[in-house]
Amino acid sequence: MSLIEITEVKKRFGDNEVLKGINIDVAPGEVVAIIGRSGSGKSTLLRCINGLEAIDEGSISVAGAQLLPDELHLKALRLKVGMIFQQFNLFPHLTAGRNVMLSQMVVKKTPKAQAEAMAKTMLERVGLGHKFDAYPDQLSGGQQQRVAIARALAMQPIALLCDEITSALDPELVSEVLAVVKELAGEGMTLMMVTHEMRFARDVCSRVVFMHQGRVHEIGPPEEVFANPKTPELQQFLGVTH
Amino acid sequence: MNEFTTWDILRNLLLAARWTVLLSLVSFIGGGLVGAALLFARIGKGRIGPTFVKAYVELFQGTPLLMQLFLAFFGLGLFGVDVPAWLAAGVALILWSAAFLTEIWRGCVESIARGQWEASSSLGMGYLQQMRHVILPQALRIAVPPTVGFSVQVVKGTALTSIIGFVELSKAGTIVTNATFEPFTVYGLVALIYFCLCWPLSRSSQILERKLNVAHRNH
Repeated sequence: MSLIEITEVKKRFGDNEVLKGINIDVAPGEVVAIIGRSGSGKSTLLRCINGLEAIDEGSISVAGAQLLPDELHLKALRLKVGMIFQQFNLFPHLTAGRNVMLSQMVVKKTPKAQAEAMAKTMLERVGLGHKFDAYPDQLSGGQQQRVAIARALAMQPIALLCDEITSALDPELVSEVLAVVKELAGEGMTLMMVTHEMRFARDVCSRVVFMHQGRVHEIGPPEEVFANPKTPELQQFLGVTH
Repeated sequence: MNEFTTWDILRNLLLAARWTVLLSLVSFIGGGLVGAALLFARIGKGRIGPTFVKAYVELFQGTPLLMQLFLAFFGLGLFGVDVPAWLAAGVALILWSAAFLTEIWRGCVESIARGQWEASSSLGMGYLQQMRHVILPQALRIAVPPTVGFSVQVVKGTALTSIIGFVELSKAGTIVTNATFEPFTVYGLVALIYFCLCWPLSRSSQILERKLNVAHRNH
């Protein structure tokens, strides 16, 4: 039984068809890396999964919750899937702790004390328990991204979508964020991540999806995809010359 | 022949200045309330609301305040409705302020990065929750300096109501001049009083701008 079912999904921006019929099923606990050139549609696919972009054709469901464009269905779906962004998108007017507490209190109506305890636990989990009262602009990029991960985790999602979460970071900060993601993967969290970190994809992911011009061009376990790319496009993307 | 002392002149002007202050407050607060209502209609998801507010704003920004005052004062008079000067002045200034404040605040709301909407959506928040907890708290902070700055325009705008016979500071200046034949002294004092009202406002706008920018230095 798949956790995330993506069936024949198509998406157009005006005349430009960005997704041309995508089919991917993700099993619980799977870690899927989506790689590909910019413009191949990988970020759009991820954004479609939690309804930030509306799809034109096909269907997406997460643990039985169908993606439909009304607020009620969207909310049900978003409670199951968390999302982490390239630009962190922390709320700058709230402390790290408040960032993690807000949606619990507003969306789930969790009492304040309980939300605060959860926020502390989650910030501990990403190694930032001591930054509870720091504002986002007092944190480094890597720390901000880890708070964003804690914020998504506090909603207790069953899957996380990661949209190039290390691309806006200075090189020396990438590893602290990836370490947190790796830990989540180890704990059995279902992850779909668009990434440029090929080494990470190879080490941590259970499957790799290579997207090219709006289609899934190659898909398979990382050993296979990286060691033995079948199509010339993937070979070129990976810089392999045969 | 001069039986008026400078103190006599100043005292009368200051008494009239109370009406300038009162009219400014009423216009600004009333305009703020109407403007906030218009803001929600403007950025809401409906189709009629935004179109209506757009037209409203263009109408009030595209015509002189003086014409709006005339229309409010004489226009209703044509239909046999006797509008007192204070009412026409208040209504016209409220509607005029509302148009400008809506537009200022819309800019502030739209300056909030799209990522803030997306992040709060992805956490499951609905439109009103996003507005209340994420967007407006940030927009409000940005809005404070330009809003305070606009209040200076409102204070100066009240001077125009003298034309329809509302006795505030400017009108009082004219009346006192007619009695004393000392236009330079009288209007000098009038200008000084306006300055004393406006300067603290523009000054605080500048200070607020600097303060709030410091809080946002990394954005």
